[in-house]
Amino acid sequence: MIAMFFPISGAEINPVYLAVLGFSIGLMGGFFGVGGSFIAGPALRALGLDWNFAVGTDLAHIVGTSVVAAKRHRALGNVDLRLGLIMALGTIAGAELGAQLIQMLKRAGNVNFVVSAVSIVIYFSVSIFMIWESSLTLRAQRKSGRKKSGKEDETAFRHVTSWIHRLKLWPMISLPVSGIKSISLWTILLVAFIGGIFSGFLGGGAGYIRMPMMVYVLGVPTHLAVGTDLFEIIISASYGTFSHALKGNVDILIALVMQTGAAIGAQIGAISTQYFAGPKIRLAFVPLPLIGAALVLYTLLSGHKL
Amino acid sequence: MTAEVRRALFSFLVELVVYGFLIAGYFLLVLHLLGPSLGQIAKDHIRLYALLCVVLILGQSIVLESITTFLLRLLRGRSE
Repeated sequence: MIAMFFPISGAEINPVYLAVLGFSIGLMGGFFGVGGSFIAGPALRALGLDWNFAVGTDLAHIVGTSVVAAKRHRALGNVDLRLGLIMALGTIAGAELGAQLIQMLKRAGNVNFVVSAVSIVIYFSVSIFMIWESSLTLRAQRKSGRKKSGKEDETAFRHVTSWIHRLKLWPMISLPVSGIKSISLWTILLVAFIGGIFSGFLGGGAGYIRMPMMVYVLGVPTHLAVGTDLFEIIISASYGTFSHALKGNVDILIALVMQTGAAIGAQIGAISTQYFAGPKIRLAFVPLPLIGAALVLYTLLSGHKL
Repeated sequence: MTAEVRRALFSFLVELVVYGFLIAGYFLLVLHLLGPSLGQIAKDHIRLYALLCVVLILGQSIVLESITTFLLRLLRGRSE
C-alpha cells in the first residue's frame, strides 16, 4: 500500500506501518496497563512527524487504546471505577504541575538535559525495584509451595502497603472492588498526583510509574491495577489530547489509523492477562521502562532526536 | 502444538483477515473523505477541532471494540 497524505501535520506515512505500530502498542497496553508513549513517540518521530505532533498525536492514540483495553478489562472484572475516578483528579492536577515545571526549565534553557536525566533515573529505578520485588515474591511462592494463579496476588512489599493502609488521614475510604478495607483519600490522590507530574513532565500517560505505585503503595492487585490504570488514562489522556489539540499538536487522522491496529492488539493483550499471575506480569513489565531509558540515553549521548 | 492452540491460532488468523478487509475499506472510504474537512476545521476553528479530536477517537474506539468483540465471539464461541 502506498503512503497516505495526512493534511493536518503535512506528513506522508504508509497507513499499514501506523496500524502495525498501533497493534504492537495496543498489545502492550492491554497486557501491562500502559499507554506505550515511550515507544510510540520515538516511533512516530522516526516516521517523519515533528516532535510536537508526535507527542500530541500519541496522547490521542493512548485514549483509543485505553478505551478498548479498559472495556475488555472491565468485562474481566479488572476495573475499580471508584479508584479510577479519584485518581483521574490527582493525575490532571499533577499533569498541570509537570507541564509548568517543563515551562520553567524551558525558560532556564536546560530542559532537554534535565528531563532526559530524570527519566533515565526513574526508568532504571522502577525496573530494578520491580525485578527485585517480583523475583523475591516468586522465590517465596516456590519455597512455600503455594501456587498463586489468575487474579490472586501477593507482593514482597506487603508490610509497607499494610503500614500505608493504617495511616489515619481523614477522610478514609474503602475500595471493595480492589479488596482495600480502609485507605486515606489523600494517599490515593498523592499517588495519582505523582503519576500526573511524571505525565506532564516526561509526556505520555506515565503508566510505567502509576501501575507499580498502585500495586506497591495502594496495595491494589496487579490485574486490577492494570485495568484501573487504563480506565484512569482514558480521562487524563482525553484532557491531554484536548489541551494539545488546542495548541495545534494533534493529527487526529494519524491517531485514528494507529487505533485500527491498537483495537485488536489491546483486546489480545487484555485477554492474555488472565493466563499470568501478578508477579509474572510485574516481572514481564521490567523491560518496558528499560527500553524507554535506552531510547533517552541514545538521544542524550548521540545528540540525535529519534 | 495442541488442538486447542491450533484452533485459537486459526481463529485469530481468520479474525485478522476479516478485520484487515474492514480496515482497508475504512482507510479508503472514511479517512480519505474525512481528511480535507478535518484539515480545514483544524485551520479555521481550533476549539471545534480539539473537541472533535476527543469525540472521534472515543467514538472510533467504542465502535472498533464492538467489532473486535463481535468477531472474537463469532470465531471462538460465546465463552470469550
